[in-house]
Amino acid sequence: MENDKLIIGGHEFNSRFILGSGKYSLDLIKAAVENAGAEIITLALRRAATGNVANILDYIPKNVTLLPNTSGARNADEAVRIARLAREVGCGNFIKIEVIKDSKYLLPDNYETIKATEILAKEGFVVMPYMYPDLNVARSLRDAGAASIMPLGAPIGSNKGICTKEFIRILIDEIDLPIIVDAGIGRPSQACEAMEIGAAAVMANTAIATAGNIPQMAEAFKKGIEAGRQAYLSGLGRVIEKGASASSPLTGFLEN
Amino acid sequence: MEKRTNHMEYLPDMEQIDSDIKDKVIEAMNAYIPEKYTENDVLQALEHDTKTIEDFKALLSPAALPHLEEIAQQAKAETRKHFGNSINMFTPLYISNYCENYCIYCGFNCHNKIHRAKLNYEEIEKEMQAIAKTGLQEILLLTGESKKMSNVEYIGEACKIARKYFKVVGLEVYPMNSDEYSYVQKCGADYVTVFQETYNSDKYETLHLAGHKRVFPYRLETQERALMGGMRGVGFAALLGLSDFRKDAFATGIHAYLIQRKYPHAEIAFSCPRLRPIINNDKINPRDVHEPQLLQVICAYRLFMPFASITISTRECQRFRDNIVQIAATKISAGVDVGIGGHSDGEKKGDEQFEISDGRNVKEIYDSLCKNNMQPVMSDYIYV
Repeated sequence: MENDKLIIGGHEFNSRFILGSGKYSLDLIKAAVENAGAEIITLALRRAATGNVANILDYIPKNVTLLPNTSGARNADEAVRIARLAREVGCGNFIKIEVIKDSKYLLPDNYETIKATEILAKEGFVVMPYMYPDLNVARSLRDAGAASIMPLGAPIGSNKGICTKEFIRILIDEIDLPIIVDAGIGRPSQACEAMEIGAAAVMANTAIATAGNIPQMAEAFKKGIEAGRQAYLSGLGRVIEKGASASSPLTGFLEN
Repeated sequence: MEKRTNHMEYLPDMEQIDSDIKDKVIEAMNAYIPEKYTENDVLQALEHDTKTIEDFKALLSPAALPHLEEIAQQAKAETRKHFGNSINMFTPLYISNYCENYCIYCGFNCHNKIHRAKLNYEEIEKEMQAIAKTGLQEILLLTGESKKMSNVEYIGEACKIARKYFKVVGLEVYPMNSDEYSYVQKCGADYVTVFQETYNSDKYETLHLAGHKRVFPYRLETQERALMGGMRGVGFAALLGLSDFRKDAFATGIHAYLIQRKYPHAEIAFSCPRLRPIINNDKINPRDVHEPQLLQVICAYRLFMPFASITISTRECQRFRDNIVQIAATKISAGVDVGIGGHSDGEKKGDEQFEISDGRNVKEIYDSLCKNNMQPVMSDYIYV
């Protein structure tokens, strides 16, 4: 486990928990980051204020890598512009692409996401696209220069868990990039489940933001993610579906 | 008495769009009989993860009122899921109160003897500077409905000035044609709110006696024209209390629902105004929409469209507003002045549209949100 690093676009991280900063009080961010042991925190650039009011950037510990997202973008062009703006205001090179033109379910538009990824990767961004888990799209994103792939487990904010598990598993099997499960993870046990099947990391926001005790829940997620990772690295034991199994019920006769 | 015009007939300068949404809304509203719904319908509705149109009807019905606590609990959970504890703050800026409409319940109506005024560009900028100093980053520009006194170019210029000081600019002005929306959008406006007042066209006719606003179908198609013109979001509202408020609230929800289905990218917002007393008209009072009913309507909007923004007006008192933002509302106005020119040091130039009940300034609202463990959000949009 000691040398088990998460590598995204050439950058190394010890933590596999990407924490969101939306939907909760700014003064809780620091405690959440610390308890989560998070090294990457997302922020919506549209929330980053300028001027004399509370600015989310002031509340994020300096040693944490910022992962600005392009939420608010409805097409590739807008995502690209928000990404450039994020870099200009000093948010660094990482960018999580979110292109959403559905106000009800907030499902990502895979086609526009590929277009934005291609443009931004060429401009030197570490591009982490949020996407609906589709193998062909994941391949296109990889070919377009994505540094990781962020498939959704369930609709944003739904806390429903990895409803798309089988499709995420396919991405994990087929794509040689970190697959980071993003959206829909509602409990530490679900984060653990994502890690057990081989996800490289988990991103969570609403589950923590809506918890009764935010820092404590951040820590619970950290533990869930670590447990899942450890289980994955250990190699999960087999699952016996029906009753116990005799050691060789069909071939035992050969011994007689 | 002068003969009234046909309120269902478009005037020559009004764009007619090819859309069936208006008819569908009216048809659905006419078929809705709130009294028909039983306690069992309400309990069934509460069981459903996503609320159907029938559920929405049950939640708005009188049978739901005894279950208000449960409804509020569910609404709160949905709000937290979609918005966390974020509450958007903004303030309205009235730039003109000239109006050509005769709406019998409104303080700005053209027969009401009030001080009329319109800010010039310099005054608008001064007002905006004063507002921006409070830390707000979202502004809602309002006018009375006079295309002569506050024409599209005037509103466009106001948007351009607003864009210098604010990240988000909303409009609550007279309904426009889609090409005019496109123009003001390019000038910097993000979203458009238009109150339908009532969806009952017969009642509408008796309340809006003259002016462009008298034309019922043109007003009902405003949100769609705004989206056709490129607006990011649209706001819906009935002025609860003008007619059967349950049917009006249902029509408002179904209107938003149909628009969202046709324009999935559109950001949907609700406002929930009740009638308030106005200057020179003591006959107007909220009828049967008391606080429990208002809470019921707001929670029903939340449960039917969990992702929609819901604004709580300064027409409501501090106690109600402080509580509703913890249940279902996601946007609150602060430092509100509904007259003309009251934000900067200069003298107020024109009278107010209605009486407000929550006069707290931006800092007071901000602090009160924080005290209740809510996170005030000044901007939630990037104009790119």
